[in-house]
Amino acid sequence: MGLDILVVGEVRNSKIHSVTYELTSKARELAEKLKSSVEVLLLYSECDDSLEELIYRGADRVLYVKNDKLSLFNQEVWTNIIVDVALKRKPYIMLTGATSSGRTFFPAVAAKLNTGLTADCTGLDIEEETKLLLQTRPAIGGNVMATIKTPNHKPQMATVRPRTFRPLPENKDRKGEIIELKPDEKLFNSRVKVISFKRDETQNVNIQDADVVVAFGKGIKKPENVKYILELADVLKAAVGASRAAVDAKWISYPHQVGLSGKVVSPKLYIAAGISGAVQHIAGMQTSEYIVAINKDSEAPIFKVADFGIVGDLFEVIPELTKRIRQEIEKPGGKKDEV
Amino acid sequence: MQIIVLLKQVPDTDEVKMDEKTGTMIREGLQAIINPLDLHALEEALRLKEKTGGEVIVVSMGPPQTEEALREAIAMGADSAFLLSDKKLAGADTWATSKALSKAIEKIKDFDLILAGEKATDGETGQVGPEVAAMLDIPFSTYVNRIIEITNDGLIVSRVVEEGYEEQFLPFPCLLTVVKDINEPRMPTLKGKVKARRAELNLLKANDLGLAESEMGLKGSPTRVVKISYPKVSRNTRIYTSKNLDEALEELIGKLKKMALI
Ligand SMILES: Cc1cc2nc3c(=O)[nH]c(=O)nc-3n(C[C@H](O)[C@H](O)[C@H](O)COP(=O)(O)OP(=O)(O)OC[C@H]3O[C@@H](n4cnc5c(N)ncnc54)[C@H](O)[C@@H]3O)c2cc1C
Ligand SMILES: Nc1ncnc2c1ncn2[C@@H]1O[C@H](COP(=O)(O)O)[C@@H](O)[C@H]1O
Repeated sequence: MGLDILVVGEVRNSKIHSVTYELTSKARELAEKLKSSVEVLLLYSECDDSLEELIYRGADRVLYVKNDKLSLFNQEVWTNIIVDVALKRKPYIMLTGATSSGRTFFPAVAAKLNTGLTADCTGLDIEEETKLLLQTRPAIGGNVMATIKTPNHKPQMATVRPRTFRPLPENKDRKGEIIELKPDEKLFNSRVKVISFKRDETQNVNIQDADVVVAFGKGIKKPENVKYILELADVLKAAVGASRAAVDAKWISYPHQVGLSGKVVSPKLYIAAGISGAVQHIAGMQTSEYIVAINKDSEAPIFKVADFGIVGDLFEVIPELTKRIRQEIEKPGGKKDEV
Repeated sequence: MQIIVLLKQVPDTDEVKMDEKTGTMIREGLQAIINPLDLHALEEALRLKEKTGGEVIVVSMGPPQTEEALREAIAMGADSAFLLSDKKLAGADTWATSKALSKAIEKIKDFDLILAGEKATDGETGQVGPEVAAMLDIPFSTYVNRIIEITNDGLIVSRVVEEGYEEQFLPFPCLLTVVKDINEPRMPTLKGKVKARRAELNLLKANDLGLAESEMGLKGSPTRVVKISYPKVSRNTRIYTSKNLDEALEELIGKLKKMALI
């Protein structure tokens, strides 16, 4: 049996989603240890990005299925096709992003292939003696890291949190194949009918893909005050997150919630304003690269996970921070001039 | 409508204290509760029943004390409960859990809809719902935040994804996993509590499922936890107060520039 790795990528808004490059990069590293190859599978109706790019960034083969019926995500169609590809190509390892779609079709694929699946991994490696995949994931709200193996079943499957691994730099000398797959038409039939997709009008809702998340909690006090957060988010081009208390108060919609019963985010910068830092909130943001906390209570637990803390009134701190960042951007040679 | 709700008992993370030294959760002595999202699944089932008639059946796999969770569900309004409890089922991963649950559901037979939580607060995998659906070979949807319409032959639902909302139609029988936004769960009533105390639970043992030993519990689980480690996120926290806000913001902006964020 081969030791190939199959990455199931994602095309969103006709673009290859960054998690695809992140996984391809990690798969490359694993494939070097296994002396095997990396295949990336993409399902889409339209893709503006060049598939070569995946080869430049670590793939040996790009397999794609292009069909008008793939314009809107349909878990059943995705499951059918991915199972079919897996049965034919018999990968040793299968990876996909722990996005809302990956977390939907991958468990169904694993069940159909009668194998295990590890959710939301943040670390992957190959065990030298056994050549098995070591899958590490946070457990119990991120307080424990569990390493999991799938010893007797193939493929070994995992979903991986976006932004966990870094894409490889582009190497235009890398060679590979691009292969169109034409699955049986009946695999496109689905009992589930996708009726529509409505984009959330608020541009700042995609907290899982953003480099910067500005989040607020109960400390904001009233819905009118959310504007201070939105202004800061605006100058930082950030997505807006919130604690459950803020969502429960209906100050912002549920898709913005960070934490155990919301989304897990891992941006480069996470700013928590007026959030106490309950375990359930911390579970959703502690893997962020740099955490800034603003809270008037010096004892607030959020400071325990922060890199940078300001003990103070957010109504004083946030507008001032916004103002200074704006000045910085507008300076000659600042970020504004780059575009 | 015949509705099955998958319900799991989990440790109450609301009461979790952190071990200051190791930075880990102290799990001992935690009370067991119904997985919070499963309460939303149950609530939705009860609302659908109120609209269309029928029955709500809760199904849970877990140690014997899971009985409490099932009685609580009955107190909220569920009609009957199945408890799948057996040493042979212990240590199951999501595949083995889903296998056992789907076999139990096949026993219950007639159903139009299965509702589950999007994820459990202990395992946090969100895999059991889709896996059960795949094993039963029924259509499913996840992250459902609203049931928009009930038609004669199925449901129109809204699901919340990264960039917005998707609307889907699913024919019966089907499975949905729900998010917290879908509803506000009710409290058990006094009458319900009385009923729950007297209710007969349906007990299922491993042998009732028609599974081989090699498909059950830890032995039947494709995945194995081989190591547990305790990451100590040691962040070198710099703390300022608003007295030296000037200095603080200067440093922060310097950092943001260094990170190429501004
Ligand atoms: C099963 C379960 C799941 C949960 N899931 C989540 C989840 O996914 N996400 C989540 O966030 N929570 C979750 N929670 C809730 C969590 O336990 C906390 O209740 C919640 O995170 C608190 O939100 P908060 O920090 O905004 O509010 P609070 O705890 O009320 O904190 C407000 C903070 O604002 C500060 N403040 C007030 N005024 C100012 C000011 N002017 N300037 C600066 N600071 C100020 C206060 O000092 C305080 O620290 C969950 C709970 C349970 C039981
Ligand atoms: N042991 C179990 N018994 C009944 N339902 C379960 C069990 N485990 C998981 N579920 C259901 O599956 C959902 C997702 O759980 P998980 O995949 O563990 O995150 C839960 O919200 C429950 O509805």
